[in-house]
Amino acid sequence: MDHLDGNALAGPLADYFTFDVTAATARCNGCGEVAEFARALVFTSPAGTVVRCATCEHVLATLVEAGERAWLGFSGVSAIEVRRA
Amino acid sequence: MSFVTRGFGGRSRDRDERLPPGQTLVHDFPVLSAGPTPEVDTAEWSFTIVTEAGTHRWSWDEFQALPAEDIATDIHCVTHWSKLGTSWRGVSLDTLFEDVESQFDYVMAHSFGGYTTNVPLDELLDGQAWIATEFDGEPLDPEHGGPARLLVPHLYFWKSAKWVRSLVMMPRDDPGFWEQNGYHIHGDPWQEERYW
Repeated sequence: MDHLDGNALAGPLADYFTFDVTAATARCNGCGEVAEFARALVFTSPAGTVVRCATCEHVLATLVEAGERAWLGFSGVSAIEVRRA
Repeated sequence: MSFVTRGFGGRSRDRDERLPPGQTLVHDFPVLSAGPTPEVDTAEWSFTIVTEAGTHRWSWDEFQALPAEDIATDIHCVTHWSKLGTSWRGVSLDTLFEDVESQFDYVMAHSFGGYTTNVPLDELLDGQAWIATEFDGEPLDPEHGGPARLLVPHLYFWKSAKWVRSLVMMPRDDPGFWEQNGYHIHGDPWQEERYW
């Protein structure tokens, strides 16, 4: 099947990246726990923010910010569930 | 004569030449961590170098019996602070790699707590890197990476992995924790290699 280039994500993702991430749930790749981001452990430092699973401390997500640039990583979650209003 | 300036290059005379571009001098020792501080008991501690051929392992007592060096060096954090003339004591990686053979050119440092960072092997040898166990004449505090941390002072300090437990040889320069998440694969402060 032919694929589209990444620009095709702009429409669909614009609907989702306005959500309140704290209310979203995600599955930890480390232990399998599904929990709201609001329950996660957040470690902040000038280097970046590290979000860890409250059950196993596996890294769920990272945020690195540098001026106009920001890197949002979700290396430790398999999927994020977002409840649509 | 307000139009008289100090001339081209005058600004550089105000600046400590030991400070890489974009860095500010600090006198305290800020603590940056990506997670909780692991409690590492030296009775349980071991340090390993892992190659494609096998594992070299040192217990804490075996490690303490290795020749140690005093290291005086400047350190540079990617978050824009530098600390000059810091004093460490540790074992040179030249000593630890003496009997290690590998075809691989890259190293992933692994820490207690799961942190990783990548460094090319040729930047760890020839007096460029140590496993440090003392700072300012005292055993290294857990918050600064004790009982032992990697010390690679010519690269940004996130490469100097706290709570180091293992160096694993690898055939490619795979990115470590921060390098996967926005920070530069190499991290030379003099080139301002901060981010991707």
